[in-house]
Amino acid sequence: MAGLTLDTLRKTYSGGVDAVRGVSLDVPDGAFCVLVGPSGCGKSTVLRMIAGLETVTAGAITIGGRVVNDVEPAERDIAMVFQNYALYPHMRVYDNLAYGLRNRGTPKAEIETRVTEAARLLGLEAMLTRYPRQLSGGQRQRVAMGRAIVRKPQVFLFDEPLSNLDAKLRVQMRVEIRRLQRQLGVTTVYVTHDQVEAMTMADRLVVMNGGEIEQVGTPIEIYRRPATRYVATFMGSPPMNILGAEAVAGGVRIDGTVIPVAGMTAGTAVEAGIRPEDLRIAEDGLPFRIAFVEELGATRLLHGPLAGTDVAVQVPAGSTAQEGDTVRLAIDGTALHLFDPATGRRLAQG
Amino acid sequence: MGPERVTFGGRLLPAALIAPQLLIVGLFFYWPAVQAVWQSFQMQDAFGLSTEFVWFENYRALFTDPGYYQALVTTLVFAAAVAGLSLGIALLLATMADREIRGAGIYRTLLIWPYAVAPAVAGVLFGFLFQPGLGLIARGLTQIGIPWNPLLDGNHAMILVVMAAAWKQISYNFLFFLAGLQAIPRSVIEAAAIDGAGPARRFWTIVFPLLSPTTFFLMVVNVVYAFCETFGVIDVLTHGGPGRATQTLVYKVYQDGRIGADLGGSAAQSVVLMAIVIGLTAIQFRYVEKRVAY
Repeated sequence: MAGLTLDTLRKTYSGGVDAVRGVSLDVPDGAFCVLVGPSGCGKSTVLRMIAGLETVTAGAITIGGRVVNDVEPAERDIAMVFQNYALYPHMRVYDNLAYGLRNRGTPKAEIETRVTEAARLLGLEAMLTRYPRQLSGGQRQRVAMGRAIVRKPQVFLFDEPLSNLDAKLRVQMRVEIRRLQRQLGVTTVYVTHDQVEAMTMADRLVVMNGGEIEQVGTPIEIYRRPATRYVATFMGSPPMNILGAEAVAGGVRIDGTVIPVAGMTAGTAVEAGIRPEDLRIAEDGLPFRIAFVEELGATRLLHGPLAGTDVAVQVPAGSTAQEGDTVRLAIDGTALHLFDPATGRRLAQG
Repeated sequence: MGPERVTFGGRLLPAALIAPQLLIVGLFFYWPAVQAVWQSFQMQDAFGLSTEFVWFENYRALFTDPGYYQALVTTLVFAAAVAGLSLGIALLLATMADREIRGAGIYRTLLIWPYAVAPAVAGVLFGFLFQPGLGLIARGLTQIGIPWNPLLDGNHAMILVVMAAAWKQISYNFLFFLAGLQAIPRSVIEAAAIDGAGPARRFWTIVFPLLSPTTFFLMVVNVVYAFCETFGVIDVLTHGGPGRATQTLVYKVYQDGRIGADLGGSAAQSVVLMAIVIGLTAIQFRYVEKRVAY
């Protein structure tokens, strides 16, 4: 087992596209690190550089204390699970699992032990003589993981491994991957664009945008204290509402109403973010006309304009607000996230 | 839901639409094929004045003629060499073109051009290059101590026609191999690289097996090509000689029929050749139907 360190990693493609612009990251031994971001944010490029499938333009990748920039993928002691599983279609499941071991000249008896062990762990015992095309999506996914497990690598790399599965299976596999990783204790880097997957699976969550890291932290840290407006709106479903506001002494003014916020000084324009679940219907507050209602079962989402911006408000299932109603929304100053409109960075208070 | 089925009212329009195709196939395949079968049951005198219906006499003569078996062996050697050489070189070129290299588009286009060259022209080209005493390559060979002379040495002649015939087919094979290579998901190759397989091992354990449907298809196409479509190359380069060193089945049909004026016997040979090709094609179709999609 080993930790993984990225030091100001950069990738510029031959066309001059800067895919990754200086990413530094420290993944401790045994951690489950999730890279999340929209498509094109460079997360997959980072992963492929760690795997050795892309060359590194600048910076260093260290696995278990060894710089691996110029080491062949096979020699990096990593295993990767691809989005489309990348199983060898002409080999039976057993041979798919054994391939990497055979390439390394592992004795036959040990191959058998390890493959059987991995198959047992993943519930694939009955599938060993089948071909990939005879398996369901979930089973293929398991074979892909099995291929990673048998090698007993220092680092697991996952590239959007669940995006080809249907929603139900995705939730199931999410739990399974997490359980397996805990059980094996292998350092893992997991790439996804799905923020729910990112939140639920990560020990350490890395939000990326435009080839750079926006924030690193635990999922709760990132959810509770997003470092930038981008992170605030990217993480969380439905996303955080962002309202235009003005800083006044001891608070912020939104749409003419001053909301007390400790330590504020007057003057500048700010952006005030508030999560849908932090907005409450109250006797007094900002007027909100409900344009439409989404019924989610456990909760309801009310959509409509607030202070000139479309927002979502999450209310309990028991709420009786209807489309067309005008209600008042109370905003708690302690629930506000304030951002600098120019840089998008979180302001020190709040 | 499958694709919507187009239905025509009446029978005239559909019949009119398929008529040109049927006419062409009928005119250039069925009619000559039936004629060949009919002719193969007949025997004519040397002046073509009388014709006699002889049932299987031509075939009996054919299968008791050691010369025919000689031509069959020559054809098999020729076909195996042509298919092997053109497939091998095409695969090599395709794997190189499959990499991301500068000017890949130009490289590919240039490699495809030879396919537009007629077999006889390819034959003339190679004839010049390998003409003993004049040809550029032939002189080179002589200078390095190889007494190159396809006009006298049967093996040299065979090598010459194999090269000319294979050269022409490389482009075609290249196109299919390249398409086949590009159909292999990149991630499968990458997974194999991470799994510790070096380039050579990746090729033989992953790429080559995944290409096998393409390879099989091309093998049949190349063998059929070598059997039937190489007449021009042989006619221009060696006339089947020296001796009978390069007399393949299709060339023998021509020699016995046109030059030897044995129309019945030649027709019988054509029918046998046709049967071989139909057999190969049938195997091909069966395989294509059963083949698994990777």
